[in-house]
Amino acid sequence: MMPHLPVMQVMVPLLAAPLCALVRNGRLAWAIAVASSWGAFWIAWEIFQVVHSIGAISYSLGGWTASEGGIEYRIDALGAFVLMVVTLVGAVVTPYALESVRKEVDKSKQALFYAAFLLCLAGLLGIVVTGDMFNVFVFLEISSLSAYALIGLGKDRRALRASYQYLIMGSVGATFIVIGIGMLYVMTGSLNMANLAILLPELPANRTIPVAFAFLTVGVCLKLALFPLHMWLPNAYTFAPSAVTAFIASTATKVAIYVLLRLFYTVFGADYSFLEMQLGTYLLPLSLIAIFSMSLVAIFQTNVKRMLAYSSLAQIGYIILGISLFSSTGMTASILHLFNHAVIKGCLFMALGCVMYRLNSVELDDMMGLGKKMPLTMGAFLVGGFGLIGVPFTAGFISKWYLIQGALEKGLWPVAVLVLLTSLMAVAYIWKVVETVYFSEDPGSVNSDCSEAPLGLLIPTWTLAILCVYFGIDATLTTFGASSAVASLMGIGS
Amino acid sequence: MSALSFLNYWFVIILMMVGFYVLIAQGNLVKKIVGLNIFQTSVFILYISAGKITGGTAPILDAQWSVYSNPLPHVLILTAIVVGVATSALGLSLVVRIKEAYGTIEEDEIARMDESL
Repeated sequence: MMPHLPVMQVMVPLLAAPLCALVRNGRLAWAIAVASSWGAFWIAWEIFQVVHSIGAISYSLGGWTASEGGIEYRIDALGAFVLMVVTLVGAVVTPYALESVRKEVDKSKQALFYAAFLLCLAGLLGIVVTGDMFNVFVFLEISSLSAYALIGLGKDRRALRASYQYLIMGSVGATFIVIGIGMLYVMTGSLNMANLAILLPELPANRTIPVAFAFLTVGVCLKLALFPLHMWLPNAYTFAPSAVTAFIASTATKVAIYVLLRLFYTVFGADYSFLEMQLGTYLLPLSLIAIFSMSLVAIFQTNVKRMLAYSSLAQIGYIILGISLFSSTGMTASILHLFNHAVIKGCLFMALGCVMYRLNSVELDDMMGLGKKMPLTMGAFLVGGFGLIGVPFTAGFISKWYLIQGALEKGLWPVAVLVLLTSLMAVAYIWKVVETVYFSEDPGSVNSDCSEAPLGLLIPTWTLAILCVYFGIDATLTTFGASSAVASLMGIGS
Repeated sequence: MSALSFLNYWFVIILMMVGFYVLIAQGNLVKKIVGLNIFQTSVFILYISAGKITGGTAPILDAQWSVYSNPLPHVLILTAIVVGVATSALGLSLVVRIKEAYGTIEEDEIARMDESL
């Protein structure tokens, strides 16, 4: 069993998915989903420990090694860290889904919901474990296709349009990625990332590799919704069922960022990506525009889910900003924020799911005076909101601290100022919610007779809220995971 | 001559641009999917062309032949075709549900209906 952990990581949710579709019973399918997502979390934890005691794991699928043209699964410190992020969110969201999905998805589709959910999880985990470029594309499409289906399950008819838009944009991104992979294969005859890393620098100067680099970068940036390729994201997050938003917002874009890091550092190599292609000069301004403009747009939203969707775009900007600094501190900040933002946004979207459960709405106007009626839900929202702003003793503070340090190291003090300034903008939009919820009287609107959300929703929400505070006070585990991930990336890169 | 020897790739580029243009310019949701399909097909041809070796046969072990096409790109594209079919199927089923919910599949009309909410 133990030597097969890398493949089990993918197989457990992948095999549980058709099982869910077969049982046709919502509750039973949910039980399968919880069991397999917890199983996946346990496997990720085991892998994390193995990677940190004996180093990167390599697994040849079916016993065919990479040199024989086989597919290699390869997990290093970065992969192990991202696996932890994805499976942690998966393990928390699946128990939450039971009540939330019962309310928001038709009864006949509930079992299929869990099937699609597990397929999405399997796809995301597959992207992280694989060491084969084409496998990345296949898993990316498994996770994306199931994500489109999940978003389309939203009750509002605008969910369908959001899902369609995402499908078109996502497929264009995926096709760009295939073009890039094809060009790499044509030039080197290999699809294995480690082989490519050796073969690419040996090639004589040519035009194909820069073009492949551009196609791959743009394709992946579409998937991770970097400004200006973000148009699909706000609607998709706003109209998807709450559990789906919580899961996808915390994992899908994060895994796309992982792919970006793999490409830049492992496949092409840091010297090629950042020195020869001058990637930093493109990513830095884009990420700054993303942070600033998306925070600004978030302030003016009246739908809280949409507000947080725009805030997610800004947070993706922070992560890309850390990458574009091209230093170990910046990278540590990015990888830390990848984890912290997953926890924070998961917590916030789950708290909103609780509101949705009681009110059937997340419009600010309907949430007046909600703090008294749903104190636990709004308490979790407040903790998450503090995390988003980066208040000390929350997880968000740690990653922003590293980010500002990274910017100052490079002498980019205006960037550091902008990070602080946009944190104030986060205060503005979170405050708007706090003011409505705690400091305005209920005018006797839709929420007049609502009560606290059920425990099945509150426990998972508070789990993430507590983690958000815990990793703000004791960040040993996360910084250890992030800095060893950076070390493994930079080690291969140089 | 050199331009003609890359004939496949010229077709790939033409198809790619046609597909991409249809995808962007068309307001009809079904036509957008058609554009996406053409766009994806161009990439299939790109891969398959790359696997072709002049004078090579099908990659079947036989004492008579020693030169054969590279089967790996073909196999990869088989997978990509499956992904493309799944994408089209999902996209079209979304269009069906959009038609049921909105009564139209024209993008601008749907946008107008959403704005008036």
